[in-house]
Amino acid sequence: MKAKTRNLAFLLGFLAVALVLAGVVSYFADPNPDGLDHATLEGCQVVRTANGEELRGSCIAQNAREHNLASSPLAGYSISGDSGTTGLAGVIGVAVTVVLAGGLFWVLRKRPGKSAE
Amino acid sequence: MSAVAMHMSDGLLDTKTSLLFAGVAVVGLAVAAARARNDLDDRTAPLAGLVAAFVFATQMLNFPVLPGVSGHLLGGALAAMLVGPWVGALCVSIVLVVQALVFADGGLTALGANITNMALIGTAAGFLVATLLKRFAKNRAGLAVTAFVAAFTNTVIASFGFVLEFAIGGDPAFSLGTVTATLVGVHCLIGVGEGVITALTLVAVAAVRPDLVYLLRGSHKALDVREETLA
Repeated sequence: MKAKTRNLAFLLGFLAVALVLAGVVSYFADPNPDGLDHATLEGCQVVRTANGEELRGSCIAQNAREHNLASSPLAGYSISGDSGTTGLAGVIGVAVTVVLAGGLFWVLRKRPGKSAE
Repeated sequence: MSAVAMHMSDGLLDTKTSLLFAGVAVVGLAVAAARARNDLDDRTAPLAGLVAAFVFATQMLNFPVLPGVSGHLLGGALAAMLVGPWVGALCVSIVLVVQALVFADGGLTALGANITNMALIGTAAGFLVATLLKRFAKNRAGLAVTAFVAAFTNTVIASFGFVLEFAIGGDPAFSLGTVTATLVGVHCLIGVGEGVITALTLVAVAAVRPDLVYLLRGSHKALDVREETLA
């Protein structure tokens, strides 16, 4: 049973680190475009207008269509577009991911006795 | 808008190419799911779920690589070294699915291409390098170097995935050479960040629970055998 407790402690610690990264450290993330965006924006200037951001010039990113789910409540890693809620959105994301992934892996796992190796 | 999106949007690739890579992703994930079963048991399945959550969390942490340009972890090499390449590919895929469906990051028609690049190509390249360098991972420094090189390779090769897709179905008005130079160049820098984060994480997990690190499994056989002989 000692090994089981040790496993649980490790898993909880790992989860805590993920929650702190997504819930707290995420506020310190660099808001600049990432490598892929940078490459697709090459040739354009991002200009802020009254209607939001506009791309001037000629670049690949101009072909990008708006996301089908752009109006979903958690779009853009914040709740209803409020950048102060990034941490909460991150915590929700960690929770959704661990439930989905953990559930899938639990279903896929080898069960003792069922399959001989 | 661009600041909170990390993955390929819809519209960058034509429909045929998007469908082609959706097919590649489906086949790749089916193979990964079938092979993953062997690496998943009561002990490793919960860990694998947490590895996916950890990759989600670290992908949110964009770090600066150039003035006005950031990068973030892709996580395929990290996941593969922790829970194996098949489970690792599934971990990154689940993260990409959650990001596309819940956070509107990464286009729905581009999901197959995003999965192909980050979950399949990147993870495979990273794990291959990790396997080749594994014999040097005998101490903390060796493991850190192995993890760094594997993660760096993962990032750079994943960026070539986009180059391939853009070559097949991107807007021909734009020079492939320019896109390639910019994209791969910046991903060499991002790869350094990916390497550092991956090495730190892997060394930390290996320090606490080396028995849970997939990459180190073989090297602990000797220890197991000795314990059995003693018992």
